[in-house]
Amino acid sequence: MNLHIVVVEKDPERAQMIEEGLRGAGASEVTIISQDRGLARKIADCHPDMVLIALESPSRDYLEELTLATGPMDRPVAMFVDKSESNMTEAAISAGVSAYVVDGLRQERIKPILEAAIVRFQMVQKMRAELSATRRALEERKVIDRAKGLLMRARNIDEEEAYGLLRKTAMAQGKKMADVAQALVTASELLK
Amino acid sequence: MKPAPLRLGYLPLVDAAPFLIAQSLGFAKREGISLELRPAASWSALRDMLAMGVVDGAQMLVPVPVASALGLGGMPARFEALQILNMNGNVIGVSQRLAARMQNDGYEFDFRDARKAGAALLRACGKTLRIGVPFPFSTHAELVDYWLTHLGLPLPENLEIRTVPPPLMPDALDAGEIDAFCVGEPWGSAAVDRGLAHLLLPGTAIWGFAPEKALTVRQGWAEDNPDIAGRLMRMIWRSCRWLGTDRNRELASDILSDKLPITAEVIDRAMTGRMLTSLQGQEQATSYMIEFFRGAATFPWRSQAAWIGMRLAQRHGLDPIISAQKAAATFRPDLYRFHLRGIGADLPGASGKVEGALSVPTAVASDQGKTILLPDRFYDGQVFDPDATNSG
Repeated sequence: MNLHIVVVEKDPERAQMIEEGLRGAGASEVTIISQDRGLARKIADCHPDMVLIALESPSRDYLEELTLATGPMDRPVAMFVDKSESNMTEAAISAGVSAYVVDGLRQERIKPILEAAIVRFQMVQKMRAELSATRRALEERKVIDRAKGLLMRARNIDEEEAYGLLRKTAMAQGKKMADVAQALVTASELLK
Repeated sequence: MKPAPLRLGYLPLVDAAPFLIAQSLGFAKREGISLELRPAASWSALRDMLAMGVVDGAQMLVPVPVASALGLGGMPARFEALQILNMNGNVIGVSQRLAARMQNDGYEFDFRDARKAGAALLRACGKTLRIGVPFPFSTHAELVDYWLTHLGLPLPENLEIRTVPPPLMPDALDAGEIDAFCVGEPWGSAAVDRGLAHLLLPGTAIWGFAPEKALTVRQGWAEDNPDIAGRLMRMIWRSCRWLGTDRNRELASDILSDKLPITAEVIDRAMTGRMLTSLQGQEQATSYMIEFFRGAATFPWRSQAAWIGMRLAQRHGLDPIISAQKAAATFRPDLYRFHLRGIGADLPGASGKVEGALSVPTAVASDQGKTILLPDRFYDGQVFDPDATNSG
């Protein structure tokens, strides 16, 4: 039996990762939609059995129209928040994935797919967290470098001394070095 | 008092103010609440967080608990409204293309007269009119529907009311996906500032005093947790009272601009009712642009829920009378009286009222005799009496 799943995801790398997981769990067809434009219509045209979208995506509200699509009482797409599977739903929420399923799709067919989706979305979440940590570290290093440069010029000291001074000040004030550096950079810009 | 943990979900909008202020100004602490605020990216996500118990309460579009009682839209749970967080706060805007046509036809953007604006819009739009609203179940959708269907004019062949998440509204206009919108501030002003939209009307021009967001919980939660529910409701009531005081509004805009992705200047427009309708246009003073407290704004009138229930029923083929009754039951003025007695809250004697009957501020019976209701007229002069079966 065919199982057609639509994944709404902008980032192609993430989308591919999720798609692989879903195919491994028995999805016969996976369609990736990466654009918000006409989202509800595009999904309706696919006639999917299930739609997956990140919980944090503001585009999710576009999908709500589908729950009203052909008359409110026969609900072609019902939302997957099933109390009988509350463990899995909680896992889905903490992994940041939300799912819409076609009404009447049997529970045992949904389960492996959703489990696979949860695992993949967790991976995506972890990647995203790592990326933002790396980015933050980079930015912090940049601002510390600028502060060092300011100190070296203003006090005529070498790099090591400037670094030591920043670190000492941060420790004395119980602050992060990047914060002290940022304060110095901001202040120096004001004094220009 | 041992601090009780409480989790509330919200969307980053101007009308999240009662939650944000409760945390910033110590109203939570005063009630012994250790408050955790969780932002959500969409109404559907927030609704699911509430349904699943990820949050205890949420800032919710008023029609959402009503729709949950009517079984519309695949709601995962039943909800009820304990208090109204704010009245009004919405604007209707049109694309520059439409605005230019309306202007050529001799329409003067008065930001006031819904009948004239509606007629001008229908004349200018031709066969197709696509209006963006934030959610299928929203006061915005109700205002737009009531406005267009009561003009007594033929509607465009292709009239679509589309869901567009508020922060994406300016982009949707820019991309030509919609011709007009009804959205909560600051997103209407955001579209104006980007030179994409001309504001046509405030929501108040259609319904003078329309409930917008409600403090919403799962059905039965407040009865199961009476102590924390009482603290929560007192906290929100104090927060709304503070926000309802004119001299606090500037500070409110400042505090909100820290928590929302918007500058204080833009927030201020809704807060003070001085709306900039276009980049070329002048400022329009708008009464009751957003109300958090005055006019018994916080009181969950069952008649408001009944009106929304009846309108939803008419559009979705349900029985309007039964739906109005089911809808009314999702508003809890009984809990409002129970929990807010004795802290200075004025408690109206009735739980429902005739909607749309007031064109001037009017005093009504209450336990302290201080309740003044604000003008709540529908633009076409209709009234809705929840007790009359032939209403609507």
